[in-house]
Amino acid sequence: MLLQQLIHGLTLGSVYALIALGYTMVYGILGLINFAHGEVYMIGAYLAIIFLGLLTAMGLTSQHLILSLFLAFLGSTLFCGAYGFTLERIAYRPLQKAHRLSPLISAIGVSIFLQNYVMLTQGSSDKVFPHLLPEGGIQIGGIVMSYIQILILTLSVLLMIALHLFVTKTRMGKAIRATAQDARMASLVGINVDAVISTTFILGSALAAAAGVMVAIYYGVVNFNIGYVAGIKAFTAAVLGGIGNIPGAMLGGILLGMVESMGSSYLSSEYKDLYSFVLLIIVLLVKPSGLLGARVNEKV
Amino acid sequence: MLIRPLGAASLWIGLLVLPFTGLFKAVLMGVALLVGGLIWKAVARFVHQILSRFQSYQSRLNPLSNLIKRVNPLRVNPMPAKIMGVVGLIMVPLLLNNYFIDVLTVAGIYVVLALGLNITVGLAGLLDLGYIAFYAIGAYTYALLNIHFGVSFWVGMPLGGITATLFGVILGFVTLRLRGDYLAIVTLGFIQIVHMVLNNWDNMTQGPNGILNIARPAVGSFSFQSPIHFYYLILLICFLTLAIIIRLDRSRIGRAWIAIREDELAAEAMGIPVTKYKVLAFTLGAAFAGIAGTFFAAKFAFVSPESFTFLESVLVLAMIVLGGMGSIPGAILGAATLVILPELLRGMADYRMLIFGALLVTMMIFRPQGVMARRKLDIVRNVDSP
Repeated sequence: MLLQQLIHGLTLGSVYALIALGYTMVYGILGLINFAHGEVYMIGAYLAIIFLGLLTAMGLTSQHLILSLFLAFLGSTLFCGAYGFTLERIAYRPLQKAHRLSPLISAIGVSIFLQNYVMLTQGSSDKVFPHLLPEGGIQIGGIVMSYIQILILTLSVLLMIALHLFVTKTRMGKAIRATAQDARMASLVGINVDAVISTTFILGSALAAAAGVMVAIYYGVVNFNIGYVAGIKAFTAAVLGGIGNIPGAMLGGILLGMVESMGSSYLSSEYKDLYSFVLLIIVLLVKPSGLLGARVNEKV
Repeated sequence: MLIRPLGAASLWIGLLVLPFTGLFKAVLMGVALLVGGLIWKAVARFVHQILSRFQSYQSRLNPLSNLIKRVNPLRVNPMPAKIMGVVGLIMVPLLLNNYFIDVLTVAGIYVVLALGLNITVGLAGLLDLGYIAFYAIGAYTYALLNIHFGVSFWVGMPLGGITATLFGVILGFVTLRLRGDYLAIVTLGFIQIVHMVLNNWDNMTQGPNGILNIARPAVGSFSFQSPIHFYYLILLICFLTLAIIIRLDRSRIGRAWIAIREDELAAEAMGIPVTKYKVLAFTLGAAFAGIAGTFFAAKFAFVSPESFTFLESVLVLAMIVLGGMGSIPGAILGAATLVILPELLRGMADYRMLIFGALLVTMMIFRPQGVMARRKLDIVRNVDSP
């Protein structure tokens, strides 16, 4: 029972972690809480359903299940990357020099817009994700891991490793880290800060889309308003780990998933959403910069 | 030359919406964007030409924001304009039907909320995302006291305010160590917790069903019933709030808040007790929210957790940012706009919120500092600021 819940929490947590990464990367560079990020996740889930529907209509799903799942996944992440890019261009870039709260309001506007856009075009009722993967699972000891859980865990671990390699090993990753440290200095040494910002948005949105697709498979239903709660939780996860800190977001996400899963099975599931916030407040009071966040010295 | 980037953008947006809308609507949207963009550019060019005849070079940069500056009501001779405004507000319900009076009443509630939050966020610079929690606490305080003990509105209103204030003090002290966005997320956690407790503590709050049949205010045998009564009541509350806040704004306390907002360390070095003033800002903001909450409970005779969500908090925040941070007329204008605008858009039915979201973004892009931005340091008006 305990282990079973642990696995559930881990699955949930890795999804939160993927969304939290987008928050934390954008925050690290722009200092902006991107409230529309949860909507991108929701759009990712919808796109996967739409693409799978299309592939089914073309008759591909019945013959090559894995291929069509892969195509839907790829399509969804690519499209969401494009959405992230566009959002940044339209709603945030003109506001780079404005007061800190202006882009926040703009982000809220984008969030309201995207929710209603999806509701109008796809309807307000739940969308059901087609049952494609085999039910069952693997039994290890006394616990059962379903195929879906295995898929989600492996995929998110792979994505996180890929992101880590990208940020630490590539030229662009180095530019991202430099910009996060000091955008002005980075631009002085020849880093194209605008390109870095765009890349960050594309990456973050693609990761959110991946999370969206996986949640759609895990729970089997998608609704136009799932982005809001997921967004808040992922943001909590990002803060928990220390916002702006990439490993922190991963840790925070997984911790949040665990706490939520444990709390709802051992305490009361009515207060499911409460535990994460209580945990957050406690952590912030003890260590105000989050678990892995660096202590930022005040600039005088 | 003009058509190429515009064409590319239209094509790009068309591609983006393609999976959601299908081919026909996507093409339609792309074409609409292209045509709309061309018209917009033509109009903008026309406005440029007109404006450049009257104004210096600067005005060419942003025709729209200049247009707003031109019609800024504050530039009008202030005293007669204010008297006209007050008289207008008193007369206006005689011209409107009950529905619009109700809309104005709701706008009044949000004016009080926006003015209160303006203390916390606008003046003291503490980003409070859980402001509506105090509104909820005020509303539930009156509702519960009234249902269980028959407390009247006139007693319940100050009590609601006081309870909210107490919570404000507690939250203020707990969050003192936190800065900026961390404060924001804890206050966000606070609204979530309050919302969840209201939703799940069935014995006390009756959960999602809410509390029904809350008594309306009454004076002797006269009971507040029709929308017009409540309109005048909230108008009175608004004026009182406004009077208090204008006094605060111009006081030593107000200046201390602005100093903390601009530079906390420097403020502390100048001998301002930062902690005390921060808690005070939090608390005073909470008090106004609490009072607005009791009015809400009395007006609708019903409270449920649905009315007190994080989104509501964000809406109030949007009001003061839209109006111009720290600006009192801005907060009022922002509140009135964001309540009345969706009502006016009601004719658009389903597209209402879509347009609302797009308008929020558009307004921010064209006027990021808010419609009635406060000049940065109007205390030292004659000193050149960078």
